[in-house]
Amino acid sequence: MLIGVPRETAAGEKRVATVPDVVEKLVKLGFRVAVESGAGDAANFPDEAYRAAGAEIADAARIWEGADIVFKVRAPSMAEVARMREGATLVSFIWPAQNPELLQALAGRKATVLAMDSVPRISRAQKLDALSSMANIAGYRAVIEAAHAFGRFFTGQITAAGKVPPAKVFIIGAGVAGLAAIGAASGLGAIVLANDTRPEVADQIKSLGGEFVGVDYVEEGSGAGGYAKVMSEGFQKAQREVFAAQAKVVDVIITTALIPGKPAPKLISAEMVRSMRPGSVIVDLAAEQGGNCELTEPGQLVVRHGVSIIGYTDLPSRLARQSSTLYATNLLRLSEELCKAKDGKFNVNMDDEVIRGTTVIKDGNVTWPPPAPKLSAAPPAKPAAAKPAVPEKGKAKHGSAGAPASARATAIAFLVAAALFGFLGAYAPPAFLAHFTVFVLACFVGYMVIWNVTPALHTPLMSVTNAISSIIAIGALVQVAPFQPGAGAADRPTAWIVGLAVVSIALVAVNMFGGFAVTQRMLQMFRK
Amino acid sequence: MSPTLLTASYLAATILFVLSLGGLSSPETSRRGNLYGMIGMAIAVLATVLGPQVTRTAYPWILGAMALGATIGLYAARVVKMTQMPELVALMHSLVGLAAVLVGYANYIDPAASAGFQGAEKTIHELEIYIGVLIGAVTFSGSLIAFGKLSARISGKPVLLPGRHWINLAGLLVVLWCGGWFVGAHPVDEGLKPLAIMTVIALLFGVHMVMAIGGADMPVVVSMLNSYSGWAAAATGFMLSNDLLIVTGALVGSSGAILSYIMCRAMNRNFVSVIAGGFGTGGGAPAASGAAPAGEVQPVSASETAELLRGSKNVIIVPGYGMAVAQAQHAVYEITKLLREKGVNVHFGIHPVAGRMPGHMNVLLAEANVPYDEVFELEEINNEFSTADVAYVIGANDVTNPAAKTDPSSAIYGMPILDVEKAGTVLFVKRSMASGYAGVDNELFFRPNTMMLFGDAKKVTEEVVQSLNH
Repeated sequence: MLIGVPRETAAGEKRVATVPDVVEKLVKLGFRVAVESGAGDAANFPDEAYRAAGAEIADAARIWEGADIVFKVRAPSMAEVARMREGATLVSFIWPAQNPELLQALAGRKATVLAMDSVPRISRAQKLDALSSMANIAGYRAVIEAAHAFGRFFTGQITAAGKVPPAKVFIIGAGVAGLAAIGAASGLGAIVLANDTRPEVADQIKSLGGEFVGVDYVEEGSGAGGYAKVMSEGFQKAQREVFAAQAKVVDVIITTALIPGKPAPKLISAEMVRSMRPGSVIVDLAAEQGGNCELTEPGQLVVRHGVSIIGYTDLPSRLARQSSTLYATNLLRLSEELCKAKDGKFNVNMDDEVIRGTTVIKDGNVTWPPPAPKLSAAPPAKPAAAKPAVPEKGKAKHGSAGAPASARATAIAFLVAAALFGFLGAYAPPAFLAHFTVFVLACFVGYMVIWNVTPALHTPLMSVTNAISSIIAIGALVQVAPFQPGAGAADRPTAWIVGLAVVSIALVAVNMFGGFAVTQRMLQMFRK
Repeated sequence: MSPTLLTASYLAATILFVLSLGGLSSPETSRRGNLYGMIGMAIAVLATVLGPQVTRTAYPWILGAMALGATIGLYAARVVKMTQMPELVALMHSLVGLAAVLVGYANYIDPAASAGFQGAEKTIHELEIYIGVLIGAVTFSGSLIAFGKLSARISGKPVLLPGRHWINLAGLLVVLWCGGWFVGAHPVDEGLKPLAIMTVIALLFGVHMVMAIGGADMPVVVSMLNSYSGWAAAATGFMLSNDLLIVTGALVGSSGAILSYIMCRAMNRNFVSVIAGGFGTGGGAPAASGAAPAGEVQPVSASETAELLRGSKNVIIVPGYGMAVAQAQHAVYEITKLLREKGVNVHFGIHPVAGRMPGHMNVLLAEANVPYDEVFELEEINNEFSTADVAYVIGANDVTNPAAKTDPSSAIYGMPILDVEKAGTVLFVKRSMASGYAGVDNELFFRPNTMMLFGDAKKVTEEVVQSLNH
């Protein structure tokens, strides 16, 4: 079958749906490939390179009218649809939810359409997930655009001409694009902070050199398929407070927050933009879906309140050679899935979960949307009950860490303590009170000291405290032959007392020497 | 030695004890910490012996008793195996408890000790004796039973008498009543009666309490008894008006209490329910959960295991009590060494309640020369499992059971677990398919990425070492 690759006609689009390296592999799968003359020019792939790889260079008419399969990047225009051969197969971005008319028009051509934006998010389909490939590039490019618009270094330097502080970059949304941006920004030396509604990505953020900035509000943000979902009003409020606080201190904000099938959430208000330092930069990767920032103008770089707001919608296209290569590889992987026999024919197998999800029109019948995939890339949510329970208990004994106890509990504790101390003060003799003071303070010292003990040393801790509790020997020592003031010595059962005391000393000595010796033995084993 | 010098020495000893416990915050400073403890103890004992309260005539007695105790203690410390550490510690707690009882009695029958007290002071003094003896007796008998259970001289299964809470309550009431009698008693001989009755009840209570607690809860019990021995020392300090004893007792007491708390938190159970006993019955409640996981398990041989380990990049070893029982820690370290030579990353992940006392696994691994910076706690390692190719679980079960997260009807629901399930392959070294102490089946055994290596932990681990050598 003939695969046709037309030149992209959308304004400013520099990408191309196949590259010479991939052409070679498609030919090996048994396909013939025709590339429209000049299709790869904007991405620095000249016609000769395609020809050398085994492609035929043709004009637009030959491609649209002759090809059995058309590979494209952007969704075709209505004019292009009209030129398509009846019953042909089209592979490109379609965005079926946003473009119902296009879907109808394509169905009218009895086409089979595979939408690269509808690839199911499951592990097996990752190799053909073009959205991830493009998001990765967009995230990287967002940082480059930000660096370009930002009037300072990203990395901190100490030069002979003075000190340069590192730029602070705040990234909202740690999906593929967000993570790529984190990696690129920290690679440039910036301090990177990142936020996401899904708590499980915190480790991914750290692994790329970013710091996770959480929203202190308990709600699980993972929706189906590893995407984020719409959060509750309470969460959004807490989130806005976090963003407002960050806006005042960071130099660059990159927003990547998208919720499938919904307009982009407005996360950065005009107020927050105004609170940013002049010269700061916002890159809004959600510009095409309306933008995460209120002041974003899709496709434009605008300066508002001294802050450059970049709303480019063609970031992958700005890195055309890279994005074309990755996209072409995604299409190659799809072709391999569709042509398992390597006979140069597409077999659209609707029983295959990946192909079923990707196919939006089959032989003129609209098959979109597919049955929802249930598999999630995210790990299963931990039971929420376990988490809040721990700090709650922690409060009672471990007051130094965690949130402060509720006002009522504190008040009750204070009342009880006050009553207790009042009682002691009223009735206890002074000598006892002095000892009691020492006792209570010692409990606090013990409490503070023990929390610092590393769990690995809990066994030595027990054996050393056990050895130390042999201090009770002192009680026995003073009884063996106490200083006699004279009076009352006559009826003292000395033999009994000495006997008991000596036995106690012997028992405790076992503990004292044994305890310290065994602790020493254990500690000697701990080595690096 | 003057009384002021004595007080100053006590103060020095107190500071040294605090430093000693503080030193345990990291393995580097821990040896120094222990040394501080020894110096503090030496200062305290010497100052007391040379001080005004001890006359020269007592020296032979003191020296004799000390020498005898020291010989036994040092001998025991030398011969004890690291796997027997929990037993030794429990036994030592019982000695402190018994000493507190004896000191309390000796103090009570000594008229010189209470000569100066009148009115409220006398009452308080008597109460201090009473409480000191009470705590001491509970510590003594409880620790003895714990020792029996840990050394398998007594069955680890909880013994639950019918109406055990009522028995305890009745005991408490008798103890309170005896307390009233004791404080009012005038001649010493009269007072000894309630004191003796209370002692017997306290001893029985200690036995009853620990008998009712299952094997898996032993870390809590051991640290709780550790705490009691501290409180016993503190009570003795009140009785003798000795601040050094009070401070040291309080330090030890709060240390044990915090450890118990940490252990309870690691099991997601509250302290009262552990002490009330009955956990780890090995049947009963778990059976009620009905849907017992079932399916095929995949047994593998030692040589296949070696092959699997050799082919992986990241391995996390999760040891449990089974490793301690089989004394397999040295063989496990052999595996670690061999795999390292082949460029495999090996880490250890330890659950806070693995083993029979807090930190038990760390001590065993340290004994086998595993560097402590390769041994990680639950929170530190849990995220690593997803990048590990193999989780090698040896002698652990309940602490890896995902039912703790997913099945609210499970006896261990809510307990933090090691997420071994996220590793590429989970290898369980187990003697048989029996369930763990909690009596809960582990669904992990039946997962497709789980392999079972059946046999004695030490024997099969050694076989794996041999295969790795080829």
